[in-house]
Amino acid sequence: MEWAFAGLFGACIVVAIAVLAILLGSVVVEALPYLTPSVVLNFASHRPETAGYAAAIVGTAWVVGLTLLFSLPLGMAAAIYLEEYAPRTRLTRLLEAGVSNLAGVPSVVFGLLGLALFSRLLGLGFSILAAALTLTVLVFPYVVITTQEAIRAVPRSIREGALAVGATKWQTIRRQVLPAAGPGLLTASILAASRAMGESAPLIVLSSVIFMTFLPLDPMDPFVVLPVQIYGYIGLPQEEFRGVAAAGIVILLAMLLSFNSVAVLARNRMQRRRW
Amino acid sequence: MTAVPEPEVGPVAVEAPQSEVTVQVEDPAIESRGLTVSYGKKVAVREMSLRIPRRRVTAIIGPSGCGKSTYLRAINRMNDTIPSCRTQGELLVDGEDVYATGVDPVLLRRKVGLIFQKPNPFPKSIHENVAFGVKLHYFATKEETESVVRAALVQANLWDEVKDRLGDGALSLSGGQQQRLCIARALAVEPDVLLMDEPCSALDPIATAKIEDLIFELKKDMTIVIVTHNMQQAARVADYTAFMYLGRLVEFNRTRDLFEKPREALTENYITGRFG
Repeated sequence: MEWAFAGLFGACIVVAIAVLAILLGSVVVEALPYLTPSVVLNFASHRPETAGYAAAIVGTAWVVGLTLLFSLPLGMAAAIYLEEYAPRTRLTRLLEAGVSNLAGVPSVVFGLLGLALFSRLLGLGFSILAAALTLTVLVFPYVVITTQEAIRAVPRSIREGALAVGATKWQTIRRQVLPAAGPGLLTASILAASRAMGESAPLIVLSSVIFMTFLPLDPMDPFVVLPVQIYGYIGLPQEEFRGVAAAGIVILLAMLLSFNSVAVLARNRMQRRRW
Repeated sequence: MTAVPEPEVGPVAVEAPQSEVTVQVEDPAIESRGLTVSYGKKVAVREMSLRIPRRRVTAIIGPSGCGKSTYLRAINRMNDTIPSCRTQGELLVDGEDVYATGVDPVLLRRKVGLIFQKPNPFPKSIHENVAFGVKLHYFATKEETESVVRAALVQANLWDEVKDRLGDGALSLSGGQQQRLCIARALAVEPDVLLMDEPCSALDPIATAKIEDLIFELKKDMTIVIVTHNMQQAARVADYTAFMYLGRLVEFNRTRDLFEKPREALTENYITGRFG
């Protein structure tokens, strides 16, 4: 009986990994002929042999970088407030439920919000800044929830130890709770970056430019990001663009994995010192 | 309370002449007057009045749930961190009511340290643990901090064991060493009072003996209040002992008198092991 369950559960993981491996494998095989320096260095084009991702790579770096810059401090501060300072009232619980529900809202809705609020009302137009602010709202709940969990996992004894030698509440949070929650905070940034990097729908709403032929150098410049660029190429009639799109997917995955592995390495270093 | 002149005993503790088994404390380091602490509707400490003598060791004993830890944590307002906790009555440290409006619990805790049941060093180096309090309160140079850290570790009888590895993680120490590190961490901010909440309950007998030796040395300079469920420990280390039951103070006396000549039947039943 025991081996049957072990086999069943084992089979599930094998199936899941196999699907992922086949998917990745087929993408890489398709991308291989197009993975040349020019696909990274060239701008978008209607001709598959010269089409590239230069603007999209730089655009993704801009948008994701600014999104992290805005969302991490904002989300972590909100989480600290909810966990450490907010009175345990009905209003607080309502706020927390609101944040959790925000995480379940379809991303297109955030695109519409961004369009109305950042592009129109604040007059930011279809800029990198408008995109980053929209994605900030989108990843905000993930940052809040992950940070809250990290803060909650810090044992009470650590806080009490700090308070007992005369630390103020903020000193306790700043010098003991947050450092002890460090690995969890990095998890929050991984989640935020992954979400932001993979989003396309809200940015299409924000009129991401598919055929952009210059590098964005300013937060007010128009933008294109990798997922949108890939989507754009797939929509083109020529058969060869499938390969170009596959190459884009590989570039996107490479960016995502390299960012995440840096964060995971940093997290593992921190985790060596635990209570 | 009437002053009883008896200079040999000093201003700290004077025995009342009318009875040989009651004790009067002049100039107490800590005094509670009708202190009641409750969690929501549950009353944990009820109308507790007690005078704790200066530069002596006072043990608080009693069965689990009798409110002894709650009383101890009321002294440095550690109960403030529990949202449902309410404190009524007066609690004087050096004659000042710490629950009066305008009293900053942060400043109080600098003067009244607390050692916890389970050693709780920060997940940082040995040095950083002891230096933490110093860095919070003073703009000390590196050298000054180092000398304070050293003095605190010496005072906590830990220096010889850790002097070559101050940069190592505090969690690499044994349980007994961790607890002495926590004591050093408290001593580094030079408190007048040290509260200890069952400090040895997680330790083996040898580590316990080391902490008890330390208590003997520390009481020369500071007032120590120790909560313990171990009556032998109270008998060994404490000059005075208070017995609590169901949130009330039943009896307070010099340790020897309390154990040898308990006035209350309840105390006698507890110390002879009839319940507990």
